[in-house]
Amino acid sequence: MTYAIECRQLTKTWPGNPPVEAVRGIDLAVDQGTCFGVLGPNGAGKTTTIEICEGLLEATSGEALILGRSWKTHPDEIREQIGLSLQETRLSEKLTVLETLTLFRSFYRDGLDPMEAIAKVSLQEKTNARIKSLSGGQKQRVAVATALVGNPKLLFLDEPTTGLDPQSRRDLWRIITEFREAGGTVLLTTHYMDEAERLCDRVAIFDRGKILAIDSPQKLIADLGAEHMVVFTVSGSMDPADDFGAGLPGVIGVRRESEHRCLSVREPHIAIPSLLALINQQGLQLTSLTTRQATLEDVFVHYAGHGLNDESEGARR
Amino acid sequence: MSQSWTMQPLFQLFLARFREFIRTPEAVFWSYVFPLVMMIALGLAFRSEPVEAVAVTIQNGDLSEATQKLLADNKAVKVTSGSEDDCRRMLRAGQTELIVVVTGTAEKPSYEFRYDPTRPGSVHARNTVNDALERASGRKDLLTTSDKAIQEPGSRYIDFLVPGLIGMGLMGGGVWGVGYAIVDMRIRQVLKRFLGTPMKKHHFVAAMMASRMVFMIPEIIVILLLARVMFGVTNNGSYFSVGVIVLLGAIEFASIGLMIASRARTLEAVAGLMNLTMVPMWIGSGIFFSASRFPDLVQPLIKILPLTPVIASLRHVMQEGATMVQILPNIGIMLAWAVGTFVVALKVFRWD
Ligand SMILES: Nc1ncnc2c1ncn2[C@@H]1O[C@H](COP(=O)(O)OP(=O)(O)OP(=O)(O)O)[C@@H](O)[C@H]1O
Ligand SMILES: [Mg+2]
Repeated sequence: MTYAIECRQLTKTWPGNPPVEAVRGIDLAVDQGTCFGVLGPNGAGKTTTIEICEGLLEATSGEALILGRSWKTHPDEIREQIGLSLQETRLSEKLTVLETLTLFRSFYRDGLDPMEAIAKVSLQEKTNARIKSLSGGQKQRVAVATALVGNPKLLFLDEPTTGLDPQSRRDLWRIITEFREAGGTVLLTTHYMDEAERLCDRVAIFDRGKILAIDSPQKLIADLGAEHMVVFTVSGSMDPADDFGAGLPGVIGVRRESEHRCLSVREPHIAIPSLLALINQQGLQLTSLTTRQATLEDVFVHYAGHGLNDESEGARR
Repeated sequence: MSQSWTMQPLFQLFLARFREFIRTPEAVFWSYVFPLVMMIALGLAFRSEPVEAVAVTIQNGDLSEATQKLLADNKAVKVTSGSEDDCRRMLRAGQTELIVVVTGTAEKPSYEFRYDPTRPGSVHARNTVNDALERASGRKDLLTTSDKAIQEPGSRYIDFLVPGLIGMGLMGGGVWGVGYAIVDMRIRQVLKRFLGTPMKKHHFVAAMMASRMVFMIPEIIVILLLARVMFGVTNNGSYFSVGVIVLLGAIEFASIGLMIASRARTLEAVAGLMNLTMVPMWIGSGIFFSASRFPDLVQPLIKILPLTPVIASLRHVMQEGATMVQILPNIGIMLAWAVGTFVVALKVFRWD
């Protein structure tokens, strides 16, 4: 079966002084019927990559094949089969939800009835409301409905849930899951690790225009070699070093997030007693201790080597 | 699913644009009400009435009162008096056209006229007063003359103004209506969003142009109707010719709006470009006064400004009853602008 999306050595350099190498050699393949997540800090090149795949930007080199077709030779056929929502679009405020979807529907040869698209995003009550009067989450749902109304095989969503409340995010997750269960393919970008873990069959972690890791969330977590996190705080006469706890038996990594210290460990039942012993020995008090499963966020921090919200300045060279 | 004509993208794009327009009261006001207000205000301000009595001021002096009496019966002048300073001030402020200074004796007065010879009103006042004083002191007219009032249809200022305002409305509506809407859509990333659909680019452009054609029809009809009802402005040519000029003018300025908006990414940029485009035409294309008043040197330039042929041919038809053949050269200039800017616009158009 052909891939839904296949990128080969994709690069994109924005002209300027100095030029910005936004994408620096991306290879990825997305199977049909799966959901693929693109993660990465601000400026990592996620939007640039997805927009090349959507045919909105031209790659500097390399190529993106969509459903086995090339943008160069079959742009119209590809457009009939994809649906998308941009990271930031403000649809015409003066039109109603139904008018907007009817407009988008008219662009496609085949597609859903506009009312059906409205139902898919549960906005029936707002059918005749102007876009202006909708909340942010409702507007986002209209944007997704415009992506669905052409009955696409492949859906591109650039940060579909950014800025939404937890309930609205879950509403969108449901829409995405339903689309995928009906056989569709989804490529989405997100800054929420829980979202990626929940929705995506595979994720790629982008940083500075490159892919650092690409696999299923479970596999990426397992590959850390430490599936548990021990999070604790201590107090005492002096503040111990940032790498406090490194080298204890079973401890694979150490990091500090303000007063919280996190140990990635393979076997908590070995690591915790030796940690307690070390605390005692240094005359410190343990003020809290919890353990949790490692998450995609831990993978992300591991690969990126810096916090989630750092600009990836390295992209500018 | 079969596509009825209502699901045609061209129609839907047009409909969306149409709805946006009528749901924006400001846009409706500026395109429909504003030209009307302008016409009514100017039409009333420049009513063609018999020339009013001209204001003349006599500088205070021994003989000023006697002179004032001499002129009192003359309907063509309205006489006041004042000190030397008053007189100068009034002349400067345009409150009087002529200062008369009387010297000499009661038996042999001598009159001095002070006025600005570049002011037509002042020259007229000088001649009128001179005449009146001569007659009052006994001059006899040697020729028999008589006055008969005639008025050519289409020769009043309002007849001249209405085609100018129509042209101005076509220009403003096309450049703003198309240009602003497109840049706004680019800023909102709607153009980019459309690019991600199978929408045909020429459908989008055609819908923008077509909506402009439709918005302009009531605008022009209302101006023509009101001009006729309020001021008796008639069309001495054929309405078909007027229709052709108006349609072509609308297409021309919609194309120009399209070109101006084809790359701009901010409202400031597009507003600047629009002003840069329109200001020379507001001044040069003869909306309010005849473009032939400009020096000969710039005439060739003025003739090929996009607005000039629209207004000139409208006047030619409406005031003088010109035929299509007579306005053909102007039609040619309009066509050239419409096609030229349209082609350039499509070449350089930016969707993101
Ligand atoms: N139109 C543009 N012109 C010049 N540089 C650009 C342009 N668009 C993006 N860039 C640069 O390309 C790099 C990648 O941007 P991109 O939008 O792909 O990041 P992103 O991963 O989507 O970030 P975010 O999470 O903030 O959306 C950034 O350094 C950005 O400054
Ligand atoms: Mg982005």
